[in-house]
Amino acid sequence: MARTAVPGRLGDRLCWRVAEVTGRRVESPTAVTVVLDVPDWPGHLAGQHVDVRLTAEDGYSTQRSYSIASASDGQRLELTVQRLPDGEVSPYLVDELKPGDQLELRGPVGGWFVWGQDQTEPILLVAGGSGLVPLMCMIRAREMAGSRAPFRLLYSVRGPDELLYRSELREGSPGLDISYLYTRQAPPDAPRPPGRVAPHDLVRNGWPPDFGPTCYVCGPTGFVEKATAYLVLLGHAPERVRTERFGG
Amino acid sequence: MTIISRGFHGRRPSEGTKLPPGQYETNGFPVLSAGPTPHVEKSSWELSVTTEDGRRHTWDWAALMALPSESPTVDLHCVTKWSKFGTEWRGVSLDVLLADVETAAEYALVTSYGGYTTNVPLADLLDGKAWITYSYDGDDLAPEHGGPARLLVPHLYLWKSAKWVRGIELLESDTPGFWETVGYHNYGDPWREQRYQGD
Ligand SMILES: Cc1cc2nc3c(=O)[nH]c(=O)nc-3n(C[C@H](O)[C@H](O)[C@H](O)COP(=O)(O)OP(=O)(O)OC[C@H]3O[C@@H](n4cnc5c(N)ncnc54)[C@H](O)[C@@H]3O)c2cc1C
Repeated sequence: MARTAVPGRLGDRLCWRVAEVTGRRVESPTAVTVVLDVPDWPGHLAGQHVDVRLTAEDGYSTQRSYSIASASDGQRLELTVQRLPDGEVSPYLVDELKPGDQLELRGPVGGWFVWGQDQTEPILLVAGGSGLVPLMCMIRAREMAGSRAPFRLLYSVRGPDELLYRSELREGSPGLDISYLYTRQAPPDAPRPPGRVAPHDLVRNGWPPDFGPTCYVCGPTGFVEKATAYLVLLGHAPERVRTERFGG
Repeated sequence: MTIISRGFHGRRPSEGTKLPPGQYETNGFPVLSAGPTPHVEKSSWELSVTTEDGRRHTWDWAALMALPSESPTVDLHCVTKWSKFGTEWRGVSLDVLLADVETAAEYALVTSYGGYTTNVPLADLLDGKAWITYSYDGDDLAPEHGGPARLLVPHLYLWKSAKWVRGIELLESDTPGFWETVGYHNYGDPWREQRYQGD
C-alpha cells in the first residue's frame, strides 16, 4: 500500500459550506439524487465524499458521509442517498429535503478511494447496492475526461426495481462493460439466477489479475468483505484492491 | 452561522453518554479499512518494536500470550462518525511491552500486515493509554476487526488503532502514516474533532 499514492488535496482547512438544493431525482423506490449548488466548491476527485451536517431547531446536530455521484463540474454537486428504514439522516435527505432548502457540508474528503484520468490501467468496479455511487462518479469522470481506460462494472443489486442510474447505465459508454448481479429477484433474461456475489462472477465479469487492474469495491461491509476476499483469492494483489465500506 | 435543517428532529444519544462533537452512537461494530482484510495465522504472527538506532525486539504469539494482560473497557470513536460505548477488550499494555526497550524517540510509526501504517506520538502509547489487543467481547479478535492482534489507542480516532499490527517503529521525527498522508489529521483527537488536516 503506497502511502503517497494519492496526495491529499484538502487544502489547509476543510470549511463547512452552505449548499442549496437545486433539484431532486428519484432513482428508485428507496433512493434519491440530491442536486446541490455549492458556492466556491474547490472541485473533487472521482470517489471522494463529503460530510453532511444536519441541525435540529434546538441545536442538536449530527453528521454523515456521502459519496459524490457527479463528476467535478463547477459548483454543482450530486449526492445519491439510499433510505435506510429507521435511519436518523438518510430518510430526511431522501424524503424531506426539497429544492430551495439549504444543507451544510464540507469536503471533498478521501484521497485513497479515488480514480484519476492519469490512470490508464484496466479498472474493475464492484458495487453492492448504494456502493455504486462513488463508482458512478468514476464512470462519469472517465466519460468527461474522454479517457480510454477500460472499465468493467459489476453491480450487485437486490432486484431490477432497485437499480440506480438505470437509463444512464443502459446507454453505456464505449469501453465500459457492465454486468448485473441480482441477489433476490432477477429479470427473466438475466444470465444467472439470483444470488450473492460468488468467485465465478468475478472471474467471468472481472479482469484476469495478470492484466494488472486496479479494483475498487464499495458497498455494505459484508459485501465488501466477501468481494475483496474473493479478489485476493483469485490472485489480485491486495494493494491493488481499494475499498470503501458504507456500514451495515 | 448554523443552518437549521427544516423538519429535522434527529435521534438524541441515550441518557448519560457523552459524545465527541459530530459523532453518533451505534450499537453495531462497523468496519473501516482501505483494502481487503489480511488473514494472518497466529503461528506465523510476529510483532516487532524497532528503536531509532535499529535495535529490534520481537514477540511471537506465545511470547505475547505470556505477558501479563489487562481487560480494558473503552469507548471507540471512528472518523466516519460512529462511536461505540463500553467495548470490552483483552490485551497487553504497551507499558508492559515497551518496559525494557531503551529509546529516546518521541514518535511511533505503527505498521500492519497488509501494508497499513499510522503515526502516533510515543507518549500517547504509554501510561495506560494503549494496548496490543487480541480479544474482543470475550472472543478471539475477528480478522475484519484487526485480528489476530490490533493496536488499541481509544483516546484517538480509531484509524490510529492499527488493525493487524505487525510492528512499531520508534522514531526521532514524526512520519505521517497512510491516512495521515491523504488528508486526515496528524493527531486525531475526537474531542477536538481533529478529523482532517487543518482541523
Ligand atoms: C465514506 C462513506 C461514503 C458513503 N456514501 C454514501 C452514499 O453515497 N449514499 C448512501 O446512501 N450512503 C452512503 N454512506 C452511508 C451513510 O454515511 C450513512 O451511514 C447512511 O445514510 C445511514 O445513515 P442513517 O443516519 O440514515 O442511519 P443510522 O441512523 O446511522 O443507522 C440506522 C441503522 O442502519 C445500520 N446501517 C448503517 N449504515 C448501513 C448500511 N449502509 N447498510 C445497512 N445498514 C446500515 C446502522 O447500523 C443502524 O442500525 C457512506 C458512508 C461512508 C462511510
